[in-house]
Amino acid sequence: MAKADKAPEVNARQVFTKGLINENPIFRLVLGLCSSLAVSSSLIGALGMGVSVIFVLLLSNIVISLLRNFIPNTVRIPAYITVIAGFVSIVQMLLQAFANPIYELLGIYLPLIVVNCIILGRAEAFASKNTVGMAALDGLGMGVGYTIALLSIAFVRELLGAGTLFGFTIIPEAYTIKLFTMPTGGFLVVGFFMAVWNHLAEKKGKPRAGEDCNGCPMAGHCVSEFVRSQKEVEEDKA
Amino acid sequence: MASDKDIMYPENFIITSSPYLRQAKNTRMIMLDVLIALLPCVVASTIIYGTRSLLIILVAVAFAVLSEGLSRRVMKRPQTIGDLSAVVTGLILALNLPIDIPLWQVALGSVFAIVVCKQIFGGLGQNIFNPAMVTRIAMMSAFSASFMTASRPVQWILDRFPDVIAESTATSSATASATMDAMSNPTPLQHFKDGGELFANVNNIFVNVFLGAHDTLAIGETCIAAILIGGIYLLLRGVIKFYIPVSYIGTVAVLSLIYGGFDLSFVGFQMVVGGLLFAAFFMATDYATSPLTNTGKVVYGIGLGLITCFIRFWGSLPEGVSYSIIIMNILTPHIDRWTRHKAFGQREKESMDRAAAKEAKHV
Repeated sequence: MAKADKAPEVNARQVFTKGLINENPIFRLVLGLCSSLAVSSSLIGALGMGVSVIFVLLLSNIVISLLRNFIPNTVRIPAYITVIAGFVSIVQMLLQAFANPIYELLGIYLPLIVVNCIILGRAEAFASKNTVGMAALDGLGMGVGYTIALLSIAFVRELLGAGTLFGFTIIPEAYTIKLFTMPTGGFLVVGFFMAVWNHLAEKKGKPRAGEDCNGCPMAGHCVSEFVRSQKEVEEDKA
Repeated sequence: MASDKDIMYPENFIITSSPYLRQAKNTRMIMLDVLIALLPCVVASTIIYGTRSLLIILVAVAFAVLSEGLSRRVMKRPQTIGDLSAVVTGLILALNLPIDIPLWQVALGSVFAIVVCKQIFGGLGQNIFNPAMVTRIAMMSAFSASFMTASRPVQWILDRFPDVIAESTATSSATASATMDAMSNPTPLQHFKDGGELFANVNNIFVNVFLGAHDTLAIGETCIAAILIGGIYLLLRGVIKFYIPVSYIGTVAVLSLIYGGFDLSFVGFQMVVGGLLFAAFFMATDYATSPLTNTGKVVYGIGLGLITCFIRFWGSLPEGVSYSIIIMNILTPHIDRWTRHKAFGQREKESMDRAAAKEAKHV
């Protein structure tokens, strides 16, 4: 299915894997930081949030991609939000019924997935312009990338801040560093992981903004050298 | 001053670029001066709080130098242990810690100060915050339990000069006992915040206050005499200028004069307790994080004084020195921009615009 839909320059494998490292939603696109900082102080919370986001992202991408030719351009954002909100309500009810502790743990951040910019961002930047198969792969890749990012942050924060992993004590209470359970520690850890991800994604001498500036909502305002040079090329052409 | 290397060139021909007039002053000399100036504080803290303060200082300095060397090597940058700035950071950090803090926390703090607060920003001169100050704040939130107990002078000092605040809380007032759970022996500022008397039961102003034999949070900040000796040494050597310390301490003095209803003993109390003097001479004057121009330095000092007083008088924390320095560090680049010297002959943009408009009218 995916092969039949394949546009000439889009590679299915790339669509899925770009969400993991090169365009990781948290560490490279820097989207959805609010909820990810809030739920990443424990691994269980991070896992619950990650799975919920994968679910919503996958299904909303599929539905929005299916509807992309029917949604009028002027009201597309409300339409996307409505679709996303529907799936978030489903997740919320499912968690409340079958995984109540995680539902309690995530609290307000679960319904807030509706306004998580990763999901709206993918709907706007990818699902509304691509075929169903590609949109599903993109949603899955972005969701998995988000979950990996959350789990990495939560691993460090829970281990150093509370001395536990998935609730099991690893480091005695007296030797924990409470700073990591606070927002400050969250920002610190995110910063360090961002450096690691930038290192993984960029080879020396390669431009910073990556290949696909069209997918970036900030492309119009971006001041990175790569974007500027691209703009100059376009102006020259014109 | 031309060095030997330059003169050794063939036919004594000096082919270096300007500037030709040079000073022998370099980073290492400045840092050495700061270390010398901090020596009285080290001695005083060792005498007042015991030999454990030496241990804290040793651990802090050792880990600071070690992490400086390692991080420079990992980042493949030129080695900078030789400029002694890591030693100074470690020493200032150690003097900002309470006496009973576990040593592993001191070591972690030193690594944090050098790696996170300094080298990640690019090393000395690139850091936007004073590393020792950020680390102290980070440690206060990371290891809050260690900062609950104030440093207590050693027994023989207590025997001879019964301590100011410790005595008064032993027979504690109702307000003080409410916070006894949180703070086992409150610092003078905590005592003041709880509504206690200033200088309660001070039986020897000279020893308890001027020489600093009283309970406090940080081991380096109580001995007024040692801090003044160090500060004056730095001023005389030209390492620091008087603008920041004077405007900082002056602002605190004026504000506490107004707040305390023109009570001079209240002003004196605000001057000598907490980390005000230590910070004013050794931390607010940090080159990398304070403004360059003299006007900027005065603005910076006044800002420090305002924030310190706001936190001390109306904030929930007893002491506001560390936060005031961090907040003013953020503003330093802006202060520098506002107070930048105008180049000779340069006109302000506004007046230039006006002149241009006038000309346009004439045409």
